Amino acid sequence: MSEGAPVQQEDETEAEEEATGDKPVETGAESVVRALENAGAEYVFGVQGGAIMPVYDALYDSDMNHVTMAHEQGASHAADAYGIVSGEPGVCFATSGPGATNLITGIADANMDSDPMIALTGQVPTNFVGNDAFQETDTVGISQPVTKHSYFADDSDTVGFDVSEAFALAEEGRQGPTLVDLPKDVTQGETDVQPGEPKAPDTYHPPEEADDANVQEAADALAAADRPVILAGGGVIKANASNALRDFAIDYEVPVMTTMPGIGSFPEDHELSLEWAGMHGTGYANMAITNTDCLLAIGTRFDDRLTGGVDSFAPDAEVIHVDIDPAEISKNIHADYPLIGDAKAVLRQLYDAMPAAPDCDEWREQCQTWKAEYPMEYETPDDEPLKPQYVVEKFSEVTPDDTIVTTGVGQHQMWASQFWTYREPRTWVSSHGLGTMGYGVPSAIGAKLAAPDQEVVCFDGDGSFLMTVQGLSVAVRENLDITYVVLNNEAVGMVRQWQDGFYEGRRMASEYPWIPEFDKLAEAFGAQGFRLEDYDDVEETIEAAREYDGPSVIDAIIDPAENVYPMVPSGGDNGLFALNEDHLDQL
Amino acid sequence: MPGPAPDERMRPAGRRNSQGIRIDPEAEATHQPRQAVLSALVKHEPGVLSEVSSLFSRRQFNIESLTVGPTVDHDVARMTIVIEEPDPGVQQAKKQLEKLVPTISVEELEPEATRRELALIKVNGEKPDDVQAVADMYGGQAVDVTTDTVTVELTGSQQKIDAAVEAFQQFDVQEVCRTGTAALERGADTLETDD
Repeated sequence: MSEGAPVQQEDETEAEEEATGDKPVETGAESVVRALENAGAEYVFGVQGGAIMPVYDALYDSDMNHVTMAHEQGASHAADAYGIVSGEPGVCFATSGPGATNLITGIADANMDSDPMIALTGQVPTNFVGNDAFQETDTVGISQPVTKHSYFADDSDTVGFDVSEAFALAEEGRQGPTLVDLPKDVTQGETDVQPGEPKAPDTYHPPEEADDANVQEAADALAAADRPVILAGGGVIKANASNALRDFAIDYEVPVMTTMPGIGSFPEDHELSLEWAGMHGTGYANMAITNTDCLLAIGTRFDDRLTGGVDSFAPDAEVIHVDIDPAEISKNIHADYPLIGDAKAVLRQLYDAMPAAPDCDEWREQCQTWKAEYPMEYETPDDEPLKPQYVVEKFSEVTPDDTIVTTGVGQHQMWASQFWTYREPRTWVSSHGLGTMGYGVPSAIGAKLAAPDQEVVCFDGDGSFLMTVQGLSVAVRENLDITYVVLNNEAVGMVRQWQDGFYEGRRMASEYPWIPEFDKLAEAFGAQGFRLEDYDDVEETIEAAREYDGPSVIDAIIDPAENVYPMVPSGGDNGLFALNEDHLDQL
Repeated sequence: MPGPAPDERMRPAGRRNSQGIRIDPEAEATHQPRQAVLSALVKHEPGVLSEVSSLFSRRQFNIESLTVGPTVDHDVARMTIVIEEPDPGVQQAKKQLEKLVPTISVEELEPEATRRELALIKVNGEKPDDVQAVADMYGGQAVDVTTDTVTVELTGSQQKIDAAVEAFQQFDVQEVCRTGTAALERGADTLETDD
């Protein structure tokens, strides 16, 4: 920390003592916990261990709820999901060494998807650091590339300030994960310095409104476009800009597609919705994004799973790129109109600057034609095995609009995103950029605690579920009403699909004929287990699982031959999406 | 009615280059790499150098040299980073550097900025007068002399140091230590120290 930090603390100490006069802090650990309390944190997801024990000891007297996870990876995924659903940083704890390294996957996941999260890790005492002490790892060094910033706390007087700053940094501007590494002597050390309220570092100044002249140019370009379309990314949801997006798109009648992280920012059952674009996006979204002449892209980093090959991405489009992070502008796709600012603020600016709605009746009709030509369909035979899409659709039909869906990563994730109708922001919780198998089980735990009044359904695959299944013990202990649905095809299905499509069917290490019976495994954990094999039982099983008060697991035995379409092969042309294997062969 | 198969669908005529810029489909426009000097003021605290170098390495920015040293403000250090990148890469490197929390400000220096490098060159000392003569040509001076070796100190532009090292080859160069480029904008311009 800079030299200024303690001074600032002293300035604030007086006011703080009045506010929390009956709760003085005595140790670094207590000021860490106080910093989290001051920031409004309600839940901590973590696993105990030697170097973090002083912080846990301070937690003993706190009103914050600690959820003991079964594995640190689960702690970081649960905190990540908590952050997605609540909009506020999820908090996770782990000890030094393996505890910290186990957190890393979830931290990297949060970093890729700009999810707000703060990780606190124990560390060996400062006089041991660098000596390869027991359970020592260079946590700051390991985590730095996958966080917004990582802090090494080196002073009991300022450690609470570090945590406050890390919390604010995770939440403000482009959200993301931060980490504070806490040596044991620093947390055990005496201090009476109150950490104060969360405050981002003095070098951090996220932009708010975009430059007015740039906004006007962009609005003029959009209003003059013949084939305009909006691409809403995860940044729309992070900025709480979904309503601003809806106002803009509906009033100016501009078709809307989302990215995967942007799912829920615009209601998918709206006439203007094209759902989502990219590798497994809808045919109509991919036709529209390929043929648009003006792309208003908001809060997206133009990931390669969205763009496909850059050479053929929206090749006729002038790009208006709204983003709060200047480094995203023209990183992957050149922005003709860069608008740097908060998505909600800039959408309001654009709304006011539009000289008229674009004159594009024909284009809107074209989009409707594409929706008719490339509907999201699948074959529903009378006989089993079950089609996974059918299970997802049935769930979507019977659950409330605000039901939260979380997923693992793989084919099941794509079916869950394609065949569920999303209408609200923060109802789609998934691992996008990092593509972390195993995200499902713990993310549902974080989501449920962030939104206890909303239903939570987790679609998982058999491979993904096995990676973090130990989290079921947490869901049972905390009595969380989560419905897990394992779309079980006894394979790492997406890899198997690629092997069949691109590796001549050589199925190396992708088939899982040795997997457990998940309904029985669920029962062993103390959850309610169901096995679903027949079409006739789908609705009844869904109802029974939803009605069960506590975690339930449906082991849904699905057609192992089913694949995910549409599909744009990696680096391919979005407009040339394949609807089936024959199409793939033609590409 | 199912829509057309991939090869029968409507297709736009345009395309983009590898940097995501729309180009004339007939033309091949790529940005050529150029040398750029980024000057950054950063918080003078542990870990900053590692954070910066790790950023450049993981994003595959091509670093030619990186120097770091204190400034008049004890809490602030200056980094001078010479990179070789096409224009979009230079912009991206600057923006990524600005994004790091310990970074206070970053500027790309003008091509005419003052740039200097210091070199220590240790050569065979059998002909000290000849070594001195070459050192004089480059404005250098001998800083350590033994019966076997002469060590010469030189400052100047990167090109000048390159040329000097080449010229000293005749004396059997035994070791060279170069600092990398230090640079400041000409005239009254300075980097913002607080933003």
